[in-house]
Amino acid sequence: MAPRSDTSKRLSELRMKHGRPPASPLEPKAEKAETLREAQPRFRGLESGHRACQGCGEALAARLVMESAGPDVMVANATGCLEVFSTPWPQSAWRVPWIHSLFENSAAVASGMEAAMKAKGKNTKVLSFGGDGGTYDIGFQALSGMLERHHNVLYVTYDNEAYMNTGIQRSSSTPHAATTTTSPAGKERMGKRHLKKDLLSIIAAHHIPYAASASVAYPADLQRKVRYAMGVEGPTFLVIHSPCPLGWRHDSALTVEVARRAVQCGLFPLVELERGALTNIMPIREPRPVADYLELQGRFAHLFRKDDYRAQEELDHLQALADHNIETYGLKGEGLDPMDSTGMSHVRRGGPLAGRS
Amino acid sequence: MREALEGSLAIARAVSMAKPDVVAAYPITPQTHIVENISKLVAEGDLHTEFVSVESEFSAASVVLGAAAAGARAYTASASQGILLMSEVMFNISGLRVPLVMTIANRAVGGPLNIWNDQSDTMAVRDAGWIQLHCISNQEAVDTTLQAFRIAQETDLPVAVNMDGFVLTHTMEVIDMPTQAEVDAFLPPFEFAGQLDPANPRSMGTLVDPNFFPEVRHSHHAAMGKALAKIEEIDAAFAKVFGRESGGLLTVEGDKKARVGILAMGSVVGTMLAGYEDFKDEVGPARIIKLRSFRPFPAKALRKAVKGLDKLVVIDRAISPGMGGVLGTEVSAVLSTMDKAPKVYNYALGLGGRDIPENMYRDLLKLVEDKKAPRFAVLDADLEKLAPEDR
Repeated sequence: MAPRSDTSKRLSELRMKHGRPPASPLEPKAEKAETLREAQPRFRGLESGHRACQGCGEALAARLVMESAGPDVMVANATGCLEVFSTPWPQSAWRVPWIHSLFENSAAVASGMEAAMKAKGKNTKVLSFGGDGGTYDIGFQALSGMLERHHNVLYVTYDNEAYMNTGIQRSSSTPHAATTTTSPAGKERMGKRHLKKDLLSIIAAHHIPYAASASVAYPADLQRKVRYAMGVEGPTFLVIHSPCPLGWRHDSALTVEVARRAVQCGLFPLVELERGALTNIMPIREPRPVADYLELQGRFAHLFRKDDYRAQEELDHLQALADHNIETYGLKGEGLDPMDSTGMSHVRRGGPLAGRS
Repeated sequence: MREALEGSLAIARAVSMAKPDVVAAYPITPQTHIVENISKLVAEGDLHTEFVSVESEFSAASVVLGAAAAGARAYTASASQGILLMSEVMFNISGLRVPLVMTIANRAVGGPLNIWNDQSDTMAVRDAGWIQLHCISNQEAVDTTLQAFRIAQETDLPVAVNMDGFVLTHTMEVIDMPTQAEVDAFLPPFEFAGQLDPANPRSMGTLVDPNFFPEVRHSHHAAMGKALAKIEEIDAAFAKVFGRESGGLLTVEGDKKARVGILAMGSVVGTMLAGYEDFKDEVGPARIIKLRSFRPFPAKALRKAVKGLDKLVVIDRAISPGMGGVLGTEVSAVLSTMDKAPKVYNYALGLGGRDIPENMYRDLLKLVEDKKAPRFAVLDADLEKLAPEDR
């Protein structure tokens, strides 16, 4: 058991280095922690104080990922909001080794970092981060190559469904009918004409050990998926639905609610795949109409114009897409389930299984 | 030990003796034999490295970037379109000051498609911020490759070792191959102070705004300036172990007292030296300047090397359409501060693999005797082959 204790000793040393050291036994114990932040026992890979917008889904998702991934990691980050808001030189919000190279190569840079770790006999896990533009579009080739070569890398895409960093332009991940600055609605157009790319199916076709979708609305589920992926030797992939209040034009306070409704209506199914086969889903207790999700967001406002016959057509189209997801993945739950899209809305300290008998 | 080896095989063996931790590459003619031979060494267990066979040159460059940033000695090789596809990453590697080594098996850039040798590829990334060294023979390419690993880690700059495609990569040459013990005595293990390390986390490649960006560029430029001395110093250190030099920044050969000079980079220098022997009695001697370091550009050494020349022919193996030769333009700029600068005649030769015969030495010297000799031309272009409106 010697290696195990070596590892845990090393991890605890790293935690001491990057997080708050445990209170010294010589010092009198403080009656009350000064702030909630200081009372947090968790490892913080992405610190507070960065420059993300209020209610940024990506910042929330990245913090959750880093908490679960722990200190013995290295991050390769694609160009995008996450990179920009976290590292305005000479400041950085990262407490782990972090590198940003380019928009389209984070998976390839991560491949190199992993190869270096392998060559040097180190176990540090390499994470690769990108937005949907850097993953679905411009970084797609590098990602496919990394998966095919079976690098021991966890790739996380923070999916906010458009190029937000450059000012909300459509990507191949933008949902059908959503407006962006390059897919505006007008007399001739009802937002984006094409469908959101089904990236997870393409990833599944690489037959990698583990791929999953997650949402910031379900942090316990998200973190369980990260922890699982961290334990897998080989390429793993996680797409996290991360609302962008600025780009989706919803209230900053509604980020989690918007994300939750995306799951509950079936437009963003939460699934897990191993070696390309579907192994788990988060059931939907009672599917909500897609309108419940869309109506909170300005990017879909044109779908609620009473005077436009096309609005109902597009709403029907989006409802059909959600229904298709529910059917394809078998998302409809049967009865009350604490692990379904309603039950999992409750925060569970210690993970989704805590308190379950 | 002296061995008759194909250039690419010799480079593969030299790289292997540098013990890289990570090699990443994507196949492109005429670089393929290098990575094929490295793959064989790996397959036979003679080289212990993580060989990452990537899906594009873009990823090849990105993989070695990530590997070196994580503290690994990293190597890649490419050519032509591959270099252009890599170019975005190349600027990034040097901008992040990541030390690694790449061989460029110089080849023309399309279109139209052409797989043969010239130096358009390396000239296209002239401003990428890499050290760019040129070799006239496979011996020099082997020696320069080993030196490049040391230059990279002592300057925190990436180094591109240029060797002419086919002319060198696919040619058998008797090469004095170093032994592993000699290489170990010359090349210390890889070290990169800025490496990513969980025990000392740092952020690399952050967003740098106008408050700091000019300083970043200045320090990069200054580092290139300091690299001039390093390149000479490491060539001298190499000579101590191996008993031969590769020519520091530049060397002056031929007749040092001649009034006419020829300046070039790469294998064409060898052609000119052979032409010098054959034709010096017929058309007179020339001072032949072998430029080894194109970046950083050794301005001071060049001004010294051309002192006393009336005329200097600069051979370019690339062209900047609408301007002329790239090397010629730079040489003219550097010489413009001299009181008595030689007249520069700049000729693009051997584009896309057109053969440059030894008698080109004679033709060049004869041509510049003429007062009406053009100051720039694609000299070996046969205008008869073109429609009149294209001449």
